[in-house]
Amino acid sequence: MNEIYAWAAIGLIILASTTGDVLLSYSMKRVGDVEELWKRRGILAVVGRVLATPTFAPALMAMGVAFYSLLFGLSWGNLSLVVPASASLTFVANAVAARIFLHERVGRRRWIAALLVACGVVLMAV
Amino acid sequence: MTFRKYLVLAGITVFATVGDSLLARGMKNLGNVSLHNLPGLLLAILNPWVTAGILLLLAFFACYMSALSWADLTYVLPATSLSYVLVALIGHFRLHEEISPTRWLGIALIAAGVGFVAAGPSVTPTRQHRNAPDGSRDTVSQEMES
Repeated sequence: MNEIYAWAAIGLIILASTTGDVLLSYSMKRVGDVEELWKRRGILAVVGRVLATPTFAPALMAMGVAFYSLLFGLSWGNLSLVVPASASLTFVANAVAARIFLHERVGRRRWIAALLVACGVVLMAV
Repeated sequence: MTFRKYLVLAGITVFATVGDSLLARGMKNLGNVSLHNLPGLLLAILNPWVTAGILLLLAFFACYMSALSWADLTYVLPATSLSYVLVALIGHFRLHEEISPTRWLGIALIAAGVGFVAAGPSVTPTRQHRNAPDGSRDTVSQEMES
Protein backbone atom coordinates (compact mmCIF):
# COMPACT_ATOMS: atom_id res chain seq x y z
CA MET A 1 0.00 0.00 0.00
CA ASN A 2 2.83 2.39 0.85
CA GLU A 3 4.34 1.77 -2.57
CA ILE A 4 1.14 2.64 -4.41
CA TYR A 5 0.89 5.96 -2.58
CA ALA A 6 4.56 6.69 -3.21
CA TRP A 7 4.30 6.01 -6.97
CA ALA A 8 1.00 7.92 -7.28
CA ALA A 9 2.75 10.89 -5.68
CA ILE A 10 5.69 10.44 -8.08
CA GLY A 11 3.34 10.51 -11.11
CA LEU A 12 1.68 13.68 -9.84
CA ILE A 13 5.04 15.33 -9.19
CA ILE A 14 6.20 14.56 -12.75
CA LEU A 15 3.09 16.04 -14.35
CA ALA A 16 2.95 19.15 -12.18
CA SER A 17 6.64 19.98 -12.18
CA THR A 18 7.05 19.52 -15.95
CA THR A 19 4.22 21.98 -16.46
CA GLY A 20 5.79 24.32 -13.91
CA ASP A 21 9.31 24.10 -15.37
CA VAL A 22 8.19 24.78 -18.92
CA LEU A 23 6.03 27.74 -17.87
CA LEU A 24 8.82 29.13 -15.68
CA SER A 25 11.45 28.76 -18.38
CA TYR A 26 9.11 30.50 -20.82
CA SER A 27 8.53 33.33 -18.34
CA MET A 28 12.23 33.87 -17.60
CA LYS A 29 13.13 33.89 -21.30
CA ARG A 30 10.59 36.67 -21.72
CA VAL A 31 12.07 38.58 -18.78
CA GLY A 32 15.57 38.28 -20.29
CA ASP A 33 18.98 37.99 -18.63
CA VAL A 34 18.29 38.71 -14.96
CA GLU A 35 21.90 39.60 -14.09
CA GLU A 36 22.03 42.12 -16.91
CA LEU A 37 18.75 43.69 -15.80
CA TRP A 38 19.86 43.74 -12.14
CA LYS A 39 23.13 45.49 -13.00
CA ARG A 40 21.40 48.18 -15.02
CA ARG A 41 18.14 48.71 -13.15
CA GLY A 42 18.45 47.16 -9.67
CA ILE A 43 16.66 44.25 -8.03
CA LEU A 44 13.23 45.92 -7.84
CA ALA A 45 13.10 46.09 -11.62
CA VAL A 46 13.86 42.36 -11.76
CA VAL A 47 11.15 41.48 -9.23
CA GLY A 48 8.59 43.77 -10.86
CA ARG A 49 9.32 42.41 -14.26
CA VAL A 50 9.09 38.76 -13.19
CA LEU A 51 5.79 39.38 -11.38
CA ALA A 52 4.38 41.19 -14.42
CA THR A 53 4.99 38.17 -16.66
CA PRO A 54 1.57 36.52 -17.17
CA THR A 55 2.88 32.93 -17.24
CA PHE A 56 4.73 33.32 -13.92
CA ALA A 57 1.75 32.82 -11.57
CA PRO A 58 0.52 29.61 -13.29
CA ALA A 59 4.13 28.32 -13.17
CA LEU A 60 4.22 28.92 -9.40
CA MET A 61 0.87 27.20 -8.95
CA ALA A 62 2.00 24.10 -10.85
CA MET A 63 5.19 24.01 -8.76
CA GLY A 64 3.14 24.37 -5.59
CA VAL A 65 1.15 21.29 -6.57
CA ALA A 66 4.42 19.48 -7.29
CA PHE A 67 5.82 20.54 -3.91
CA TYR A 68 2.88 19.26 -1.89
CA SER A 69 2.90 16.01 -3.88
CA LEU A 70 6.56 15.72 -2.89
CA LEU A 71 5.75 16.17 0.81
CA PHE A 72 3.02 13.55 0.41
CA GLY A 73 5.38 11.15 -1.35
CA LEU A 74 8.19 11.67 1.18
CA SER A 75 5.90 10.67 4.02
CA TRP A 76 5.33 7.29 2.32
CA GLY A 77 8.57 6.41 0.54
CA ASN A 78 12.31 6.68 1.09
CA LEU A 79 14.06 9.96 0.32
CA SER A 80 16.49 8.20 -2.02
CA LEU A 81 13.63 6.68 -4.03
CA VAL A 82 10.98 9.42 -4.22
CA VAL A 83 13.23 12.39 -4.94
CA PRO A 84 15.46 10.82 -7.64
CA ALA A 85 12.61 8.91 -9.32
CA SER A 86 10.19 11.81 -9.58
CA ALA A 87 12.69 14.55 -10.31
CA SER A 88 14.76 12.69 -12.92
CA LEU A 89 11.73 11.30 -14.77
CA THR A 90 10.61 14.91 -14.77
CA PHE A 91 13.92 15.68 -16.45
CA VAL A 92 13.12 13.34 -19.36
CA ALA A 93 9.55 14.65 -19.64
CA ASN A 94 11.03 18.15 -19.62
CA ALA A 95 13.44 17.40 -22.46
CA VAL A 96 10.47 16.37 -24.61
CA ALA A 97 8.33 19.30 -23.43
CA ALA A 98 11.15 21.82 -23.98
CA ARG A 99 11.50 20.64 -27.56
CA ILE A 100 7.75 20.80 -28.26
CA PHE A 101 6.68 23.89 -26.34
CA LEU A 102 9.85 25.98 -25.98
CA HIS A 103 11.34 25.06 -29.39
CA GLU A 104 14.72 24.36 -27.79
CA ARG A 105 17.05 22.44 -30.04
CA VAL A 106 17.68 19.29 -28.10
CA GLY A 107 20.81 18.02 -29.87
CA ARG A 108 22.41 14.58 -29.75
CA ARG A 109 24.46 15.54 -26.71
CA ARG A 110 21.35 16.41 -24.69
CA TRP A 111 19.40 13.32 -25.78
CA ILE A 112 22.28 11.09 -24.69
CA ALA A 113 22.34 12.91 -21.39
CA ALA A 114 18.56 12.46 -21.03
CA LEU A 115 18.93 8.72 -21.68
CA LEU A 116 21.84 8.37 -19.24
CA VAL A 117 19.88 10.15 -16.53
CA ALA A 118 16.75 8.09 -17.32
CA CYS A 119 18.69 4.81 -17.06
CA GLY A 120 20.26 6.08 -13.86
CA VAL A 121 16.81 6.75 -12.45
CA VAL A 122 15.53 3.28 -13.34
CA LEU A 123 18.54 1.74 -11.62
CA MET A 124 18.03 3.89 -8.54
CA ALA A 125 14.36 2.91 -8.36
CA VAL A 126 15.07 -0.86 -8.50
CA MET B 1 29.58 31.31 -19.33
CA THR B 2 31.15 33.38 -16.58
CA PHE B 3 32.36 32.16 -13.20
CA ARG B 4 29.34 33.76 -11.56
CA LYS B 5 26.99 31.72 -13.76
CA TYR B 6 28.69 28.50 -12.70
CA LEU B 7 28.24 29.64 -9.11
CA VAL B 8 24.49 30.03 -9.75
CA LEU B 9 24.36 26.47 -11.14
CA ALA B 10 26.28 25.19 -8.09
CA GLY B 11 23.80 27.05 -5.88
CA ILE B 12 20.95 25.19 -7.58
CA THR B 13 22.55 21.84 -6.75
CA VAL B 14 23.50 22.57 -3.15
CA PHE B 15 20.36 24.44 -2.04
CA ALA B 16 18.05 21.83 -3.60
CA THR B 17 19.96 18.99 -1.94
CA VAL B 18 20.12 20.38 1.57
CA GLY B 19 16.55 21.70 1.31
CA ASP B 20 15.18 18.32 0.26
CA SER B 21 16.96 16.42 3.01
CA LEU B 22 15.74 18.88 5.67
CA LEU B 23 12.20 18.33 4.33
CA ALA B 24 12.64 14.56 4.51
CA ARG B 25 13.91 14.83 8.08
CA GLY B 26 10.82 16.86 9.01
CA MET B 27 8.41 14.49 7.28
CA LYS B 28 9.96 11.47 9.01
CA ASN B 29 9.25 13.20 12.33
CA LEU B 30 5.61 13.65 11.36
CA GLY B 31 5.04 10.08 10.22
CA ASN B 32 2.86 8.92 7.35
CA VAL B 33 0.36 11.38 5.96
CA SER B 34 -2.76 9.67 4.64
CA LEU B 35 -5.49 10.87 2.30
CA HIS B 36 -7.82 11.02 5.31
CA ASN B 37 -5.46 13.39 7.05
CA LEU B 38 -4.82 16.10 4.44
CA PRO B 39 -4.92 19.00 6.96
CA GLY B 40 -1.87 17.32 8.49
CA LEU B 41 -0.08 18.01 5.21
CA LEU B 42 -0.86 21.73 5.46
CA LEU B 43 0.28 21.82 9.08
CA ALA B 44 3.54 20.15 8.05
CA ILE B 45 5.03 23.57 7.21
CA LEU B 46 4.94 24.44 10.95
CA ASN B 47 7.58 21.78 11.67
CA PRO B 48 10.97 23.57 12.11
CA TRP B 49 12.83 21.08 9.87
CA VAL B 50 10.24 21.59 7.15
CA THR B 51 10.41 25.39 7.59
CA ALA B 52 14.22 25.37 7.22
CA GLY B 53 13.87 23.12 4.16
CA ILE B 54 11.40 25.52 2.58
CA LEU B 55 13.73 28.49 3.16
CA LEU B 56 16.58 26.67 1.40
CA LEU B 57 14.28 25.64 -1.42
CA LEU B 58 13.39 29.33 -1.86
CA ALA B 59 17.11 30.10 -2.28
CA PHE B 60 17.25 27.26 -4.79
CA PHE B 61 14.30 28.76 -6.64
CA ALA B 62 15.99 32.17 -6.94
CA CYS B 63 19.10 30.55 -8.45
CA TYR B 64 16.94 28.42 -10.72
CA MET B 65 15.00 31.41 -12.07
CA SER B 66 18.20 33.33 -12.65
CA ALA B 67 19.72 30.39 -14.56
CA LEU B 68 16.61 29.96 -16.70
CA SER B 69 16.82 33.61 -17.72
CA TRP B 70 20.12 33.01 -19.55
CA ALA B 71 20.22 29.27 -20.29
CA ASP B 72 18.02 26.61 -21.91
CA LEU B 73 15.74 24.51 -19.73
CA THR B 74 17.45 21.39 -21.11
CA TYR B 75 20.80 22.84 -19.99
CA VAL B 76 19.76 23.86 -16.47
CA LEU B 77 17.89 20.65 -15.63
CA PRO B 78 20.89 18.29 -15.72
CA ALA B 79 22.62 20.69 -13.30
CA THR B 80 19.64 20.25 -11.00
CA SER B 81 19.72 16.46 -11.47
CA LEU B 82 23.17 16.42 -9.83
CA SER B 83 21.27 17.23 -6.67
CA TYR B 84 19.52 13.83 -6.79
CA VAL B 85 22.93 12.23 -6.57
CA LEU B 86 23.77 14.42 -3.59
CA VAL B 87 20.35 13.62 -2.07
CA ALA B 88 21.04 9.89 -2.31
CA LEU B 89 24.46 10.38 -0.71
CA ILE B 90 22.97 12.44 2.12
CA GLY B 91 20.16 9.87 2.48
CA HIS B 92 22.87 7.25 2.85
CA PHE B 93 25.28 9.01 5.18
CA ARG B 94 22.94 11.20 7.27
CA LEU B 95 19.60 9.38 7.29
CA HIS B 96 21.16 5.90 7.07
CA GLU B 97 19.07 4.76 4.11
CA GLU B 98 20.40 1.70 2.30
CA ILE B 99 22.01 2.21 -1.14
CA SER B 100 22.38 -0.99 -3.22
CA PRO B 101 25.12 -1.52 -5.87
CA THR B 102 22.57 -0.98 -8.68
CA ARG B 103 21.57 2.29 -7.09
CA TRP B 104 25.24 3.33 -7.00
CA LEU B 105 25.42 2.53 -10.75
CA GLY B 106 22.36 4.72 -11.28
CA ILE B 107 24.10 7.54 -9.46
CA ALA B 108 27.11 7.14 -11.74
CA LEU B 109 24.93 7.27 -14.89
CA ILE B 110 23.17 10.43 -13.75
CA ALA B 111 26.51 12.07 -13.01
CA ALA B 112 27.76 11.07 -16.48
CA GLY B 113 24.64 12.57 -18.11
CA VAL B 114 25.18 15.83 -16.27
CA GLY B 115 28.78 16.00 -17.42
CA PHE B 116 27.66 15.43 -21.01
CA VAL B 117 25.32 18.41 -21.04
CA ALA B 118 27.51 20.73 -18.98
CA ALA B 119 30.30 20.38 -21.55
CA GLY B 120 28.00 21.64 -24.33
CA PRO B 121 26.60 25.11 -25.09
CA SER B 122 24.22 26.65 -22.54
CA VAL B 123 21.88 28.30 -25.04
CA THR B 124 20.79 26.94 -28.40
CA PRO B 125 19.26 29.25 -31.01
CA THR B 126 15.49 28.97 -31.02
CA ARG B 127 12.94 30.14 -33.54
CA GLN B 128 12.44 33.45 -31.80
CA HIS B 129 16.19 34.03 -31.63
CA ARG B 130 16.64 33.38 -35.30
CA ASN B 131 14.12 36.10 -36.09
CA ALA B 132 15.82 38.53 -33.76
CA PRO B 133 19.60 38.05 -33.42
CA ASP B 134 20.81 38.02 -29.81
CA GLY B 135 17.27 37.40 -28.69
CA SER B 136 18.09 36.61 -25.07
CA ARG B 137 19.17 40.17 -24.37
CA ASP B 138 16.66 41.77 -26.68
CA THR B 139 13.92 42.37 -24.15
CA VAL B 140 16.34 44.03 -21.75
CA SER B 141 18.00 46.30 -24.32
CA GLN B 142 14.67 47.23 -25.84
CA GLU B 143 13.47 48.48 -22.51
CA MET B 144 16.68 50.44 -22.01
CA GLU B 145 16.10 52.29 -25.25
CA SER B 146 12.46 53.11 -24.60
